[in-house]
Amino acid sequence: MNRSLRNLFMGLVVLFMALPLLVVAGVSLNGGQQLRFPPRDPSPRWYAELFMAEDWLNALANSLVIATSSAALALAIAFPLAWFVWRYHTGYGRLLYGLGIAPFTLPPVITALGFLVFWTVAGWHGSILATIVSHAIFFVTLPLVTISLGLAAIDRQVIEAATTMGADEPTVFRTIVLPLVRPYLISGYAFAFVLSLNEYIVAYMVAGFTVETLPIKIFNSLRYGYTPVMAVVAVVFVLLAVLIFGLIARFGDLPRLLGAWSKE
Amino acid sequence: MTDRWPRGLPARLPVLWPAAMLLLFFVVPFGIMLAVSFFHQVEGGFYEPGFELANYARFLDPFFGRALLFSLWISVLAAVIVIAVAFPFTYCLTRLRRRAQIPFLVFVLAVLSLSEVIIGFAWSTLLSRTAGLSNLVAWAGLIPRAQAWTPSFGALLMGLCYLGFPYTVLILFPPLSRLDPEIPEASRTLGASPLRTFFLVIVPVLRAPLLGALIMVFVFNLGAYLLPQVLGRPQHWTLSVHISDQAVFQSNLPFAAAMAIFLMLFSLAFIGLTMVLGGRKEAAR
Repeated sequence: MNRSLRNLFMGLVVLFMALPLLVVAGVSLNGGQQLRFPPRDPSPRWYAELFMAEDWLNALANSLVIATSSAALALAIAFPLAWFVWRYHTGYGRLLYGLGIAPFTLPPVITALGFLVFWTVAGWHGSILATIVSHAIFFVTLPLVTISLGLAAIDRQVIEAATTMGADEPTVFRTIVLPLVRPYLISGYAFAFVLSLNEYIVAYMVAGFTVETLPIKIFNSLRYGYTPVMAVVAVVFVLLAVLIFGLIARFGDLPRLLGAWSKE
Repeated sequence: MTDRWPRGLPARLPVLWPAAMLLLFFVVPFGIMLAVSFFHQVEGGFYEPGFELANYARFLDPFFGRALLFSLWISVLAAVIVIAVAFPFTYCLTRLRRRAQIPFLVFVLAVLSLSEVIIGFAWSTLLSRTAGLSNLVAWAGLIPRAQAWTPSFGALLMGLCYLGFPYTVLILFPPLSRLDPEIPEASRTLGASPLRTFFLVIVPVLRAPLLGALIMVFVFNLGAYLLPQVLGRPQHWTLSVHISDQAVFQSNLPFAAAMAIFLMLFSLAFIGLTMVLGGRKEAAR
């Protein structure tokens, strides 16, 4: 495609994608209750509201606790599995790997309903622990895929050399595998963290009436009318995602992480 | 270190923990859900163990048929639109220098990670009377005064396309960025225009990943559960919305479970189809 035509096309698509976010950013600056664009009496008061009002602060805290711990748990499940599948060729290893990919490919409401009946039977329905475990399982796909990519990039000859020189399995793991795969561990954690922060249906079905996360709080508030605080949350989430993915791109190879070949 | 099979229990230890977690918290919940789908629904939101097909028999209701047909129709429509835009977009993206791709990828990932709640809220604001696009159109004099464009079918379709776009870009990114640059170059050298090259060389070469992406986006759209509630009217509710509605508000867990099992088998059939398509392509190499 012709260069200027290409730039025009890409620009239009990006504009379409950015449009709702720009309007939301504008709306978040309204001085009053109403959502107006362009904003009237611009003021940052609703930003203060998110970090001061007890109910919003509580939802923010819930979201952060769930995202940090469920991403850690997802990583703890994914890492040994990814390592095992990379290290050994076994049928059950591959089967478990497929099981780890499944929650992300199916429509989420199915997994959410599965969790709902499971936690009801187990008696943990409505507990924050149930939300954390559910999110860890639901998002285990992300660290599983990134770590597997990282392991696949390790040159097997390096490992063979180490073994020939007399390194045992734990030494190889500690001195070669772990340092090489570390950036992929971090990005896997970051992906799971950001998505958990934004997740609605699983959190809602597992503990929606007792553990209010930010997305649940926004949706509940939508029913009673819109306020600029929702726009503030949207802006904060977009900025947070840009920051985190920007950091991954800064310290890692983002195109490679998303499936491009390693070299230019 | 070179052996490819685990020997003895210590070698298998690392896989026990993830296996236990996935079995207990993923396979067992699905098993319970499958069982519940055969249970008997009792008045007042309870159910008792049993084995009956009553919940599946309700699929013959016109209610279920309408919801299913509508879900399929809007998911297919949104998937086709999204592919038509995302495929040329991703192609252009992968032709950029690697450094220049990064800001686009960060943006696409940021939009992808956004909650459906936030996307629904953003679109309903964008299409609203007080803060929306219609103000711009009214200001330009095309319509007499600003009006609300949501809830409506069009608003829901827009929202679904917005939701599916970043997902599609990421699905298409690996095959397109791995496309041998010599293929379009050869076509250009032989005198084909850039547009001709795109439609007559790139699209046919990537037919299989393209079809795979179409199916993946279709299944992804089937999973939308909040947009139909925020941007659509009740007749625009998809199967996903009805499943959560039956489970949470109608307290009819067995029926919700039966619909979820149906949706799962349906989605798995389509995902299996993409794997067959992908496998055939691998075999052809």
